[in-house]
Amino acid sequence: MNTAIDEQRPTSPARPAEVRPAEPDTAVVPAARRPWLDRRILVTLLPLLATALFILLWWGMKLLNDWNDVILPSPARVLRSLSDNSALLWRHGLVTLQETVVGYGLAILIAVPLGVIIGYSWVVDKALSPILMGLNAVPKVALAPLLIIWMGFGMEPKVAMVVLLSFFPIVLGAASGIKATPADLAEMLRSLDPSPWQMFIKLRLRAALPQIFVGLQVAIALAVIGAVIGEFAGATKGLGYLITASGGTADTALACASLVILSVISIALYYIVLAVERLLVPWADHRP
Amino acid sequence: MSFLKVDDVSKVSTAGKGSDVSALHRLDLDVREGEFVTLVGRSGCGKSTLLRIIAGLIPATAGSVTIDGSPVLRPRRDVGLMLQQPALLPWRATLDNVLLPLESMGKNGADYRDRAHQLLETTGLSGFASRFPRELSGGMQQRASLCRSLIHDPDVLLMDEPFAALDALTREELSIELQRICAEQNKTVIFVTHSIEEAVLLADRVVVMSPRPGRIKQIVTIDAQRPRTLAMSEHSDTLAHASAELRELLFEKEQPRVGAAA
Repeated sequence: MNTAIDEQRPTSPARPAEVRPAEPDTAVVPAARRPWLDRRILVTLLPLLATALFILLWWGMKLLNDWNDVILPSPARVLRSLSDNSALLWRHGLVTLQETVVGYGLAILIAVPLGVIIGYSWVVDKALSPILMGLNAVPKVALAPLLIIWMGFGMEPKVAMVVLLSFFPIVLGAASGIKATPADLAEMLRSLDPSPWQMFIKLRLRAALPQIFVGLQVAIALAVIGAVIGEFAGATKGLGYLITASGGTADTALACASLVILSVISIALYYIVLAVERLLVPWADHRP
Repeated sequence: MSFLKVDDVSKVSTAGKGSDVSALHRLDLDVREGEFVTLVGRSGCGKSTLLRIIAGLIPATAGSVTIDGSPVLRPRRDVGLMLQQPALLPWRATLDNVLLPLESMGKNGADYRDRAHQLLETTGLSGFASRFPRELSGGMQQRASLCRSLIHDPDVLLMDEPFAALDALTREELSIELQRICAEQNKTVIFVTHSIEEAVLLADRVVVMSPRPGRIKQIVTIDAQRPRTLAMSEHSDTLAHASAELRELLFEKEQPRVGAAA
């Protein structure tokens, strides 16, 4: 053990007292607290500020270029459309939300176990990964007509589209999370001679959760997109349908209003996933 | 009479295309009950490999290890393992981390709560039972890890450089605690270290290993009273002597041997 450290302490020249700041306590405390406070406020302030800036830019461009209201409605017109059509937007929004949540839930049910199996088994990984990559490379929009032929005009093909889009990031997250079990924890647990089930439930799944949630966060945005793509064809309900329909009547304000609702759904779902993560993975570093 | 017996153990690991590396070559070691044995040697001398074979984490290519008369075929319940990393589960509070070994042993954790609290107290962690690992310093984490390796009251403690990642002060503090715990509870300890001072301070016998292939070069007996600290002058002569001897052994020029893997 290194005694050199102890010996060095007295030999280092004592710092003259007058060099030190006169009131370190009063100087240190506010300096340490302010960034923390600032950050918490900034977290809500910054997105609002960016949104305001975006709306300002939108309005400015419209005024400068003298764009027609049909081509680009003003923020005020979109706002009016939102309030005029609130019942309509609510009804269609709920449909899209339902398809998204059902599809996302199904995707989790399929993708997490599959990712876990891929993470565990080298054979399954090598056998399935090329197929999965190939499937992922297929443009999902191209599948929409097929899904309608297979599943009809109901909710099913939309849900299927949601599953198709949100499935892959969850598989990838789960597989890489399971593969990345920290070696020191694994060795420690192995030294206790656990059953394979204990090894999985007490260590590997828990340790994979942060990466699974990375997949889930990516997937939730894709899930909303999947629902809208699904509604573009063969649908009579949902925000995707509303957007195509309002395009047909050149009601761009309503189309934009639908987009706003879509964004709100997307953002809300994303934050719900984040909240669940904080609940289930409290040990990870969540900085505001 | 040996309690823990390493009998003619060899370990060959395959590194790439047919180039086998002899990690351990026909190694024998007898350890008495209650004895504290440290393993020292340069990197690659196979001391960690030997420890893992004794722990039942990896199989020997040839030879056998027996503890208390029964062969080691897999990790055993009368053995506690402590590694260089604390390896605490980050989602568990300190107390639940300490109680972890009982879960795979089919023992009721509640019966051991008092023992866990007692261990935490002896290692100076009594106020930290409900804290999470990230709230603890490195030294405190390693103390918790020590408690975990002792919770099921194992006869044998296997330690792989457990204090290597700690600062000098914490290291000395923990080695004094470890000596006390082992003396009180009559543990048989095998302790791998890079540090000659640590090896000498803790050991009844120091096993000096040399690499390529890993084997025992010499065993040095340390005959000094316990508990030992670096500050105690009454046996500092003995310890200094042993340190010098070990240093010489470790820095000796290695002669190429017949039987080493090509």
